[in-house]
Amino acid sequence: MEKEFKFACKKSHSEPGPGDGGRTGSWRVLRPIIDYEKCIPAKKNKKACFSCWLFCPDGVITKTKMPAIDLEYCKGCGICAEECPTGAITMVEETLLIMEKEE
Amino acid sequence: MYIIESGNVAAALGVKLAEAAVIAAYPITPQTPLTEKLSELVDAGEMDAQYIPVESEHSALAVCIAASSTGSRTFTATSANGLLYMNEQLHWAAGARLPIVMCVVNRGIGAPWTVWNDHQDSISQRDAGWIQLYACDHQQIIDSVLKAFRLAETVSVPVMVCYDGYILSHTYMPFELPEADQVKKFLPAFTPEYFLDPACPKNLNTVTLPDIRPDVRGNAAPGYMEIRHNLHTDMRKSLDVITDIEKDFKEIFGRGGYPFIEPYRVNDADYVALCMGSLSYHLRDVIDMLRDEGIAVGVAGLRVYRPFPDKAIADAFAHKKGLIVFEKALSYGNQGALFADVKAALYAKADRPFVRNYILGLGGREIQTSQLADVLRSSCRPSSTTTDTPEWIGLKL
Amino acid sequence: MTVKTTILNLPEEEYVHPGNRACSGCGLSIIYRIALKALGRDTILVVPPSCLTVLQGLYPIAATQLPCLNVTFASTAAAATGVLGALRAQGREKTTVAAWAGDGGTADIGLQALSGACERGENFIFFCYDNEAYMNTGVQRSGTTPRHVLTTTTPITGKAQKSKDVPAIMAAHGLDYVATASASYPLDLYDKTLKAKTFYGPRYLHIQTPCPAGWGFSPELSVKIGRLAVETGLFTLYEIENGQFRLTGQSAKMLGKKRLPVRDYFKTQTRFKTLTDDNIDEVQEEVDLKWKGYENDCALHAGIEYQGVKS
Repeated sequence: MEKEFKFACKKSHSEPGPGDGGRTGSWRVLRPIIDYEKCIPAKKNKKACFSCWLFCPDGVITKTKMPAIDLEYCKGCGICAEECPTGAITMVEETLLIMEKEE
Repeated sequence: MYIIESGNVAAALGVKLAEAAVIAAYPITPQTPLTEKLSELVDAGEMDAQYIPVESEHSALAVCIAASSTGSRTFTATSANGLLYMNEQLHWAAGARLPIVMCVVNRGIGAPWTVWNDHQDSISQRDAGWIQLYACDHQQIIDSVLKAFRLAETVSVPVMVCYDGYILSHTYMPFELPEADQVKKFLPAFTPEYFLDPACPKNLNTVTLPDIRPDVRGNAAPGYMEIRHNLHTDMRKSLDVITDIEKDFKEIFGRGGYPFIEPYRVNDADYVALCMGSLSYHLRDVIDMLRDEGIAVGVAGLRVYRPFPDKAIADAFAHKKGLIVFEKALSYGNQGALFADVKAALYAKADRPFVRNYILGLGGREIQTSQLADVLRSSCRPSSTTTDTPEWIGLKL
Repeated sequence: MTVKTTILNLPEEEYVHPGNRACSGCGLSIIYRIALKALGRDTILVVPPSCLTVLQGLYPIAATQLPCLNVTFASTAAAATGVLGALRAQGREKTTVAAWAGDGGTADIGLQALSGACERGENFIFFCYDNEAYMNTGVQRSGTTPRHVLTTTTPITGKAQKSKDVPAIMAAHGLDYVATASASYPLDLYDKTLKAKTFYGPRYLHIQTPCPAGWGFSPELSVKIGRLAVETGLFTLYEIENGQFRLTGQSAKMLGKKRLPVRDYFKTQTRFKTLTDDNIDEVQEEVDLKWKGYENDCALHAGIEYQGVKS
């Protein structure tokens, strides 16, 4: 009695994945550079501070003793640099870094 | 078992038999007794469902959309301006491919306010992507509710079950109450392809681009246009599903058998009156009268308006001499919507009948048997031609 | 229940994928990321059109790792009701249902559905991220846009009317838990979300959310500017728990202390550029009055009466 009707039932059901907006690192004008000499967890070699990790809108900073920034996706907003209590993060112009690399 | 109940209660009992799990509704005349009955059944423990008394029709359909997306069988009902207030939700439910069933207890639309019957409410929503079924009596109301759930869940398209306000909703008629075990045989449990589940997170109905794009596995996913095309093609395919369901229904319950057009003295008729809802049963008396006068006329009740059964219509009527389309709604500034659709369905046929259009009963204007007879007497003639503009019955200018 | 989460014990697990389309320095991105940590995996989200729709990603890829239902603008709380109805019908009631809307989706077009759902006592947490205008469509005024703010649909002298006090409207529904939060105090938001989860019934969180593009400041200042709103006393962090109003976090610390002048906040954003000295003095008086109310220990009254005086 039960007849099977197979329809290609294509609905707008998205699945989770990174990089929906592409490599958002390409949006960046300024690149955050961490000075581990000044960075509290790096300097003390223990889990501490992590203000940059807390406030990063895009969750691209690791909560590690030597915080690392995922430049693939970091949009370069600069909140991490602004919120770092020791001024360990500097925002450097991407163009300068590219020129440096080329030289 | 035969019982005598109102049309609204017939609908409610259908929803109970279908075991809808989430029901949301907002009161509006003449739908109200239907939702009161459901509320009562749930409160009395006779029905295991969540009854949610929402604060608007827009929210009623929002609840159904969300509950259906979460994997439950859902039902709502409304009339007139309530249906119009749902408008964006109607399109949303269709685009999201949710098998929601809704009763539309047909009523005229304000302004000016009217609470009486016509079909302008549901006809004005014909392009929302919902399947529209029209019932002619109490038996068809309860049966259509059951068929609607099966249809909606088979094709993932929401279904409206439309029936005339007051004429059917508030009158008491005997009808056969389907047995629960037969219903179980006819309507399997709702098993959605996907439902909102933290164990399998998906993001439903996000912004969709004009073009196709790869998904997380790199496979091409459809764009907006493909998704909408799919809705259209599935609605067209649902014509076959409707035929199939009608066959199954007849096998189990012994009733029905007319998926699209319910004919009365049509076979040997030269002329056919075509309409939707209870009017087709009203016209049966007129047909009998005219047959006695020697006029070869029959009446056909159209049961499905969207998807439009154009082939069924062309096959049934192309060889007739004339078709007279009676409508309780119109596309303002043009003609009756059904009339236009019927003409289009017959266009490809070389030897097609004339088609005439009569607008009647707007805002509950009384439809007199003598008026219907007069119109058919004057229309059912070989010399009649196809009209472009509708004529109005019972208009007192 | 009082929880005090620190940066060190805030869970590392992320629920939002990077590489999404939110603007650089987006305040919403901060609070969404943090609140989802508190909501946890067993959550279903309901979202109307807003900047979050953009952040969440375009079909077929989603930035959010939780199941999420996108719904029409006016229907958020009703849709959350529907999710809850189905979960009850299926015996899946342990799952948290959270609605997340902007100020327009909450205070304007979404208010009727929200009010209805609160009156029915639906068991959800409603988050309003208030960036004080329709940012997703390009900065048009909303019901929560503060007085004097410039938007694309206000006169050149700024909005003439006060903003509506949505937490007070919610509190008037008799909710067990209403709280305000700020994108600049993520831990406070995290703890309030955790606390909200302990209640049954409708719960409401109103989060002030700085928006670089819409407010007119440089993206790196998002956190600083939200903090200034609190430190000047313009935006107050509080909770109304079982009808009891109390200041929380930074706002509680400020009670009886000297606040930064509101001028400090106004000068940081171009949306306030047409504010006159008289306007600023007037707002300062209103803020002082609001804080006098808090200090006079008629806090509940003050909280409801004066929270609307954001600027």
